[in-house]
Amino acid sequence: MSAVTIDQTQTPPSRTFRRRSKFERAISSLGFWRGLAGILVFLVLWEAAAYLKTAADFTVPFFGKLPAPTLVAAAALEVVVQPGYWWSWVESFKRVLGGFIIAMILGIPFGLALAVNKYFRDVFFPPFEILRPIPPLAWVPASLIFWPTNEMSIIFVTFLGAFFTIVINVLGGARTIDVRYLRAAQSMGATQWHLFSRIILPGTLPSIFTGAAVGMGITWNVVLAAEMVSGGGSQAGGGLGFFIWSSYMGGSMEHIIVGMISIGIAGYLSSALIRWLGERAMPWQRAF
Amino acid sequence: MRPDVFSPGAVAAKGAISIRNVTKIYDPDGAQVMAVDNCSMDIAPGEVCMIVGPSGCGKTTLLNAIAGFHSITEGEIILDGVQLCGPRQPLATQSADRIVVFQNGALFPWKTLAENVAYGPMVQRRWPKAECMERARTALKEAGLGAVVDKYPGEVSSGMARRAEIVRALINDPKVLLLDEPYRAMDALTKQIMHEALLEMYDRTKVTIYFITHDLEEAIFLGDKVYVMTTRPCRVKKVIDVNLPRPRDYTTLTTEAFRLLVKEADEAVHEEALKAFKAGEREMA
Repeated sequence: MSAVTIDQTQTPPSRTFRRRSKFERAISSLGFWRGLAGILVFLVLWEAAAYLKTAADFTVPFFGKLPAPTLVAAAALEVVVQPGYWWSWVESFKRVLGGFIIAMILGIPFGLALAVNKYFRDVFFPPFEILRPIPPLAWVPASLIFWPTNEMSIIFVTFLGAFFTIVINVLGGARTIDVRYLRAAQSMGATQWHLFSRIILPGTLPSIFTGAAVGMGITWNVVLAAEMVSGGGSQAGGGLGFFIWSSYMGGSMEHIIVGMISIGIAGYLSSALIRWLGERAMPWQRAF
Repeated sequence: MRPDVFSPGAVAAKGAISIRNVTKIYDPDGAQVMAVDNCSMDIAPGEVCMIVGPSGCGKTTLLNAIAGFHSITEGEIILDGVQLCGPRQPLATQSADRIVVFQNGALFPWKTLAENVAYGPMVQRRWPKAECMERARTALKEAGLGAVVDKYPGEVSSGMARRAEIVRALINDPKVLLLDEPYRAMDALTKQIMHEALLEMYDRTKVTIYFITHDLEEAIFLGDKVYVMTTRPCRVKKVIDVNLPRPRDYTTLTTEAFRLLVKEADEAVHEEALKAFKAGEREMA
């Protein structure tokens, strides 16, 4: 084996850095630690307010009425081992995803049809615009009468919450596609089908995901209210909305807060799911 | 033989455009606006034809008529002996023999550069899908974009994007390339490189070029002929023959002949710009 000589005039091989995972990058950033500090300060102040109430009988506005975060944590530890609590998650997620997926399946083609066909738009847009401002919750009594089961009426109201938002976003997105893209495609010989599948559809995807993200937020609002109003179907699996409502009836403030935080987490997970899907469906957007 | 077919066989080469007495009247809400008035032009095959004139004078209207985006009111436009649009068919059929490169660029943002370039051949089913992609990559490499073939348009510089867009047009083997101020928003240095790249691609393809610009130096540097247009309604005011030898490069810009041609064009354009400005003042008053 010959000796290795190092030629100093040569440019050194470029160093390759190991690409750090998203999690590694997150915990090494200052922003992450500031965010964590913010949450801790908030919890400490909350705990202090609860302490002032019990020790000095001084009620800090709003916070003073809340149970201490340690009590909430204790209540949370108690409920997370009960299967009933997790069934509430399953019930609510089933309703949210059910309504949401039906809204996507019907809303995306409906919005695209409104965008590309003038006759379709002339006929269906006016009734759509009259129904759209009606708050989904105003549909609750009517849908309880329309649909044979409570479950179906909750999913229907959830569907309405997402449907209108998705349609409006898809319509807006498809109508604002730059005419240059359509002209460029046409002048290169694109057929009507190509224009739709290769230009209008990908051009509308960002709006579809915006609509989905907003729609997902609305479905969580709606499903909880619908569960509270309708009694959430059966007693065993009433969903997270019913969990809060029954905690309120039982007078347990700790459980109400556990329910509220659970919904925050559930909503966050749903949005994260949509963001994740969006990044995969639209790789070109990662460049920005 | 159809009477609207102009003497076939008389023109052998590809990409001869004949614009004959074309008039275009826009009619938004009954206000008849004449954009183009009895305009005639004869562009030889493989000619680089630069169109300059005041803003809003109707240069783009003619481009849209050739491309088949807008109809014309009177006259006819003939490409290689075949009528594109005329009295019987005011709107030309869009086809890949005339491709437009737009002002702000129209690469599809959701496709990589290679996918963008392969788009035309793919929808026309010219070659199998894999071959379309292969040829697109090769064409981009030849244009000096080999390193970015798999990037999205949003990830590359505007100069690269514009070059890729011209590659996307040329891969369709068009007769005419229609460019509507493609380098408008670019800085002078990038523009210079774009011009040299365009001339290099032109030398390889010898496609007829209809190029709209406001930049007189660009017009003289690139063109075989420079058409100075009048203010609205648009007509040909002056045709300047650019007899500078090819190939041209940046040293051409400093020659005496170049400066004289720019001066000649400048005088003609300035007069029209003043007219346009005064007409604008009258409209405002």
